[in-house]
Amino acid sequence: MKFMKALSCATVLAGCVFSSASAADMTVGFSQIGSESGWRAAETTVTKQEAEKRGIDLKFADAQQKQENQIKALRSFIAQGVDAIFVAPVVATGWDEVLGEAKDASIPVILLDRTVDADKSLYMTAVTSDLVHEGNVAGKWLVDTTAGKPCNVVELQGTTGSSPAIDRKKGFEEALKGHDNLKIVRSQTGDFTRTKGKEVMESFLKAENGGKNICALYAHNDDMAVGAIQAIKEAGLKPGKDILVVSIDAVPDIFKAMAAGEANATVELTPNMAGPAFDALAAFKKDGKEPPKWIQTESKLYTQADDPQKVYDAKKGLGY
Amino acid sequence: MKAKHLPLAATILIFVLSYALCAFQFPNILSTRVIGNLLTDNAFLGIAAVGMTFVILSGGIDLSIGSVIAFTGVFLAVMMENTSIHPLAAFVLVLIITTSFGALMGAIIHHLEMPAFIVTLAGMFLARGMAFVLSIDSIPIRHPFYATMKGFYLKLPGGGRLTLIGGVMLLVFALGILIAHRTRFGTNVYALGGGAQTARLMGVPTGTTTIMIYALSGLLAGLSGIVFSLYTSAGYSLATVGVELDAIAAVVIGGTLLSGGSGFVAGTLIGILIQGLIQTYITFDGTLSSWWTKILIGFLLFAFILLQKGILYLSRNNRALAA
Repeated sequence: MKFMKALSCATVLAGCVFSSASAADMTVGFSQIGSESGWRAAETTVTKQEAEKRGIDLKFADAQQKQENQIKALRSFIAQGVDAIFVAPVVATGWDEVLGEAKDASIPVILLDRTVDADKSLYMTAVTSDLVHEGNVAGKWLVDTTAGKPCNVVELQGTTGSSPAIDRKKGFEEALKGHDNLKIVRSQTGDFTRTKGKEVMESFLKAENGGKNICALYAHNDDMAVGAIQAIKEAGLKPGKDILVVSIDAVPDIFKAMAAGEANATVELTPNMAGPAFDALAAFKKDGKEPPKWIQTESKLYTQADDPQKVYDAKKGLGY
Repeated sequence: MKAKHLPLAATILIFVLSYALCAFQFPNILSTRVIGNLLTDNAFLGIAAVGMTFVILSGGIDLSIGSVIAFTGVFLAVMMENTSIHPLAAFVLVLIITTSFGALMGAIIHHLEMPAFIVTLAGMFLARGMAFVLSIDSIPIRHPFYATMKGFYLKLPGGGRLTLIGGVMLLVFALGILIAHRTRFGTNVYALGGGAQTARLMGVPTGTTTIMIYALSGLLAGLSGIVFSLYTSAGYSLATVGVELDAIAAVVIGGTLLSGGSGFVAGTLIGILIQGLIQTYITFDGTLSSWWTKILIGFLLFAFILLQKGILYLSRNNRALAA
């Protein structure tokens, strides 16, 4: 037994060493904002997994939502002489000096998931998703699914004024442009939360003849969609059939709803920002190829056809 | 060695031992870079902690400093964005505001005989609220003078930098030591901490001293805010939440009695460096959760409170024996 264990360990190790020999002895410091949301916790888990897969020594520092902690962590990474620094900045401002120090020490910096308000030469690249594109993918799915049939859409917006709410609305509207069969009849904020999503959906249902006039729901995030699904069920309608449900983020709970046939589609905001970053870094270390200043992550569409139960099982261990 | 030197000696011993342990595991920790970082990264905390040392020496507490630091940063950022005022003039203006703010809290504490805890808690909410009123966004400061000031640093051998703000912190500590041990005001602070009643009977002007102590704490919190705005080149109303608690921890770990009357400003510097060292170790290790910083600081605090109690108990027993 023990021997088997040792053997399997050795194979795993060997696998790492051989699959990515170029990256194997690299040390990367990662300054994470904190663990304020399930998505962020999943990003941390995935980053650690991606580093392990490539045999990279990842130094992880949780800033507990404080910029001063992030700056300290960055300075300490520079003092250690790491090969690269990843940072998910908590605010956009105040990074010029410490990024300058990293540059002086010739340590490439890659921004994950958010960008900073500093000169572009101070970092190598930023890996983020495109919020407008996410809304666009959701809209396209609805256009294709309704295939020209008339359809009244209700929209649950994110927190008023937040950039995901503005951009996801914009992208969705762009996708609907020129398809006159689709009409957004009501649009209100659900504040990105489950309870507000449910409340607002209840008022939508009441206002639209008990929900009979509504054919689809677009929610700016999955949590609001999960709340709205509850409201639709309580109104005696079948979510996913009577009212189509499409949302964004791809958290585990929406896959559970999809497996039960209560939600139709979700667009993934991938927690794997580190994978593309590691790839860009490996290419840079190998032959000095500078990546573009912005690496857009894939906004993948998941529908009921994608075996939601399996995705749920895979995602639920990530810490969402 | 006198009993009152014991906590300070313990602090220094812990610092030297833990530094040696860290260096044994990661030799890089001995580099001048790390030492420079320790001073630069903890400059704002150190400056505020000097003010806190005086407050605690007098038997009081000041919970407002974290908010005052954030307010100062936002105030400076807003001033520099919306007016053409020179940063130096803005510095003077903001220091006047924070010093008066501290003096006002001191006056309320003394004249209305309110607990410092409540008054400075109100000050904490007030200053944080004011910061939010000025701006809820994080505002960058792009004034060229800021860049010039950041350009001032002493290159240490080995790539480290002694920055302007690190230097300011060391200077504030030096001045704090002088004020505490070489001035009438300093003596009055110790007397007040030993017991307000006794101090009054000895002729210490308790009202003026209390007001001056909180004014000094306000002034240093303002200076700390200026240093913090230099550190991040931005003003953000959510910044430095809970810094007052880190400062209190540094003061206590530095060997100052929480009940007042005994302690050293120099000890606070070591207290700050111990906290910084723990954080540095955790990022060097890279696998430990950063919450270990809080856990270790918690343990240290407990240890020092027990040590203080033990010393008090011993010295009382000694006195009883002598009598």
